[in-house]
Amino acid sequence: MLLTCCDGEPEPEMRIDAPVNFPSITYNTQKNPVTTKGFELGRSLFYDGILSRDGTISCGSCHQQGAAFSHRGHIVSHGIDDKLGTRNAPPIMNLAWQKYFLWDGGVHDLDLQPVAPIQNPVEMDEKLERVLDKLRNHESYPDKFDQAFGSNEINTERLLKALSQFMVTLVSGNSRYDKYKRGEGEVLTSDEIEGLNLVQQKCASCHSTDLFTDLSFRDNGLDETTKTDYGRYAITLKETDRFKFKVPSLRNVEVTAPYMHDGRFRNLDMVLDHYAEGVHNNANLDPLLKQGDVLGISLTKDDKARIIAFIKTLTDRQFLRDTRFSEASK
Amino acid sequence: MKNLYIYLVLLIIVASSCSSNDSEIKPNEKGTLTLHFDNVVGDKDLTLTSGVYTNSSSESFSVTTLKYFISNIKLKTTDNKEFVVPQDSSYFLVDESVEESQDLLLKDIPAADYNEVTFTIGVDSARSVSDVSKRKGVLDPAETDMYWSWNSGYIFFKMEGTSTAIDDSFYYHIGGYGGYSSDAKTFNNIKTISIHFGGDKATVRSTIEPEAHFYVDVLKVFNGETTLSIKDHPMVMFSDYSVNIATNYASIIEYGHVHNDPKK
Repeated sequence: MLLTCCDGEPEPEMRIDAPVNFPSITYNTQKNPVTTKGFELGRSLFYDGILSRDGTISCGSCHQQGAAFSHRGHIVSHGIDDKLGTRNAPPIMNLAWQKYFLWDGGVHDLDLQPVAPIQNPVEMDEKLERVLDKLRNHESYPDKFDQAFGSNEINTERLLKALSQFMVTLVSGNSRYDKYKRGEGEVLTSDEIEGLNLVQQKCASCHSTDLFTDLSFRDNGLDETTKTDYGRYAITLKETDRFKFKVPSLRNVEVTAPYMHDGRFRNLDMVLDHYAEGVHNNANLDPLLKQGDVLGISLTKDDKARIIAFIKTLTDRQFLRDTRFSEASK
Repeated sequence: MKNLYIYLVLLIIVASSCSSNDSEIKPNEKGTLTLHFDNVVGDKDLTLTSGVYTNSSSESFSVTTLKYFISNIKLKTTDNKEFVVPQDSSYFLVDESVEESQDLLLKDIPAADYNEVTFTIGVDSARSVSDVSKRKGVLDPAETDMYWSWNSGYIFFKMEGTSTAIDDSFYYHIGGYGGYSSDAKTFNNIKTISIHFGGDKATVRSTIEPEAHFYVDVLKVFNGETTLSIKDHPMVMFSDYSVNIATNYASIIEYGHVHNDPKK
């Protein structure tokens, strides 16, 4: 992170730590430059239950750093009053490269995303207006907003942009795979390299680039017979979008179980078994998962083991432990 | 008889030239124009909650909430010149429960005689995908409940109420600006309408502050091109059917009258 120094001068600029092996970012930093104070304010807010009706739920409640900011072990999350949501909490990482947010892409601008959990009755169940009031009456937030934005005015734009400044800084690109890829001295085992080759051959048409997702929406053949979450259909109302969900990144999946939009697979073995033997011929099944009459991806037992070995090299321990992203002591 | 004839001609000449509205307009003269939106139900005034009305499906109903965005206002003069109200000052939320919101105050309007207004019911698509810094006032998600946080976009027209035809309440939350990208195209319920004042004109001057009244007949939301039955469709939100309600509400606003009051 590049920091230029400060002495009563305009805010030091922070830059998004874009790994060289990543494509270019999508988030428009012109409209919301990342600064140290903006980032710190965003971090305070991210971990603060003040965003919820009764002070108990913060973003960090369901987005925990050790799980790459997902909710490990939780099929769906429990929000305020222990109410259950309907979808698995996705990890917060590499969002500067995302175009659309939420499993169904219902939000097109990261700055607008927090409005959804804050106002959702089963998550934080609060009104934005009340959040702003609480912040204005707080003993330290007005000063933090002043340091981040040049005056102690607390409004919707600043609240959302501060959170974005924190979120876009959460970049995961220093896994063992990344260091191997960038020739930084990391060595992968032969199984891991075999796994990498298999992922490139068999998975990278959807989990592409070093983001390990092409950010598209697809129906990956999950059994939908008893399910009522129509995915992207709710956003576009197009029949061809029924049961399509955003392709998640494979990064850090070792720590983000359970898997899929509704957390139905509790481990990676179940995921690969699904792709190899469990794909359903849904109406909108992605063509990549249907070659003639053959559904899914052909994987031997050894293939699966090697793929999983490789996937574990995508765990970025630096990211999971980086104290800059942790809840600061008050 | 001839004298009477001359008399009449003179009278006509004098009458047509002698109107206070023909005061000469100074360059850069500006004034204020108010657009007043009077929400009614057929020939009755709209009274929230207690008023009881009947639609063409013979359903008796009451309205508990009525709110809609009016935006992107343009004015046209009697000689066809158009004035576009600066967009940032051109977003209003008319709320039946908030009396002041029914008067849209347009300030710094160039002095002229206006006889047509064009506006949008809803929020245009550009603003719907704009940076959060452009979401101020009635567009601020903290200031309004006319916003879908899970499918980023505004609710253009919200009407809620009760009816003997159903057990619960009815909810019509109509939005949809067309989608944020070509692979996420949705229906577009943004309606732009132009209303002419007939033979009337709003004479905006530094000393005259006209008020143009419009009637917004919510009965026509039910009795429109599509007959909307509360029993058949008690809840319409982001769905294909909402297109019918939007088509109906595109026709509910009509011109009432204008009074060119001197500035107070």
